[in-house]
Amino acid sequence: MNMPLVSLDNVNLQIGNQTILQTISFDIQTKEIITVIGPNGAGKSSLIKLISGLTQPTSGKIIRKPSLRLGYVPQKLHLDKSLPLKVSRFLSLANVSKAARNDALTTLSIEHLSAKQMHNLSGGELQRVLLARAVARKPDLLLLDEPLQGVDVNGQVELYRLIAQLRDQLHCAILMVSHDLHLVMAQTDSVLCLNQHICCHGRPENVSQHPEYLKLFGRKAAEEIAVYTHHHDHHHAIDGDVEHCNSECNHD
Amino acid sequence: MIELLILPLLAGCGVALAAGPLGSFAVWRRMAYFGDTLAHSALIGVAIGLFFSINITVAIIVSSLFIAAALVLLEQKNTLSTDTILGILSHSALAVGLICVSAFSSARVNLFGYLFGDFLIVSTADVIAIFTVAFIVIGLLMFFWRGLIMISTDEDLARVEGNNVEGLRMLLMLLMAAVIALAMKVVGVLLITALLIIPAATSRKLSSSPEAMVIIAPLIGMLSVLSGLLASFFWDVPAGPAVVVVSALFFLTVNICYRKRS
Repeated sequence: MNMPLVSLDNVNLQIGNQTILQTISFDIQTKEIITVIGPNGAGKSSLIKLISGLTQPTSGKIIRKPSLRLGYVPQKLHLDKSLPLKVSRFLSLANVSKAARNDALTTLSIEHLSAKQMHNLSGGELQRVLLARAVARKPDLLLLDEPLQGVDVNGQVELYRLIAQLRDQLHCAILMVSHDLHLVMAQTDSVLCLNQHICCHGRPENVSQHPEYLKLFGRKAAEEIAVYTHHHDHHHAIDGDVEHCNSECNHD
Repeated sequence: MIELLILPLLAGCGVALAAGPLGSFAVWRRMAYFGDTLAHSALIGVAIGLFFSINITVAIIVSSLFIAAALVLLEQKNTLSTDTILGILSHSALAVGLICVSAFSSARVNLFGYLFGDFLIVSTADVIAIFTVAFIVIGLLMFFWRGLIMISTDEDLARVEGNNVEGLRMLLMLLMAAVIALAMKVVGVLLITALLIIPAATSRKLSSSPEAMVIIAPLIGMLSVLSGLLASFFWDVPAGPAVVVVSALFFLTVNICYRKRS
């Protein structure tokens, strides 16, 4: 196997005298999709901030592949209403070529938002713009902090489909925090169940049977995760048509 | 008689030239109260400058840096919000400054002048100093423009994309301290934030991009200076407050017109 994109080795994070994360060890491989789930306060966002380098671990090592390009989609944008900013200008701040920006807009099918003001976007539109910005940088690793926040159910399925598609187009790995404990993207290669430490880590269907997972979320949650991953042999196009999965869908 | 207004007018326009763009950043980054705190602490700088006979502008910048450092330290170790800490720092700094100025210096110091400024006593040297600093401020803002807009959009995103967030933040703070030190001569510590914030806030209503906002803001500022000085000349009202009142009227007018249009 190639060198992992990011490798976490026995990482601990303390803020003040509060333990946020402890003994975290795992690798992110090329083109891997990892979904992080866990209760509130489990340290999911902190994990993303550690991987992106926004915070430094108290102890342990985080080894990033040299010249690793990160695409980061924050949970929300801290953009004050007093700052007038068009979507096109926001994207151009990413310091990438115009062609790359236009490609990103096309990939996420949001060309029509280009002249809109950032403040007038809906939740789902804003998420797509943030994704487009990260995509325009042609990252090796996309870090998504609760990308489905403020997006309605139809939009969520569509956004998941889009994210999965990004992996194939950009050949990048994706690590995302799920906004919902039980909703794990069908294309996920591995699920990381976090509660300050890593409770369990593995393929979605294995994690949902793991005793630590059941202890944390209960049996009902396990059934729900199963529903999502196992009864999904098709997905919906933008207009709602059913499209059967091709061989890329690697779940049951 | 009216030619007496030329130097004050030039000085005011120079201040507005730098305060417009910088004020836009103050508005975007919610630093209005921070600007107030810096301005109030400038009085301590004046006292130090007088006591040690060093350049007052340099002393003001140094004292502003101390206040900024105090703010960073207090923010880290405190359960109080930044808002409250600024409230404490701002007024303590003003009080300490008032005591220092009256204790360290003889009666010849014009305290009223430092608090409210005096447009009419600016010298040619002052005007040159103001324009020099204004051009340096504008030059630095242009040079670091992309990064500065980035940290005003989202600091985490800026950091992940490789911007030196702390450095850029420090730059904005230094520029603010420098502009405050200069503007103090004309509008005084109590009214300085008005010149930063009000033209920028007015400009917001008229702009659809950050670039437009920083170009329109100084124009509004200069228009306020001109009208304020004329008002002060013809109606014999204090110049600094007149400029601030006029800029507030501009803000009001633009808001009312904008509301009617939309």
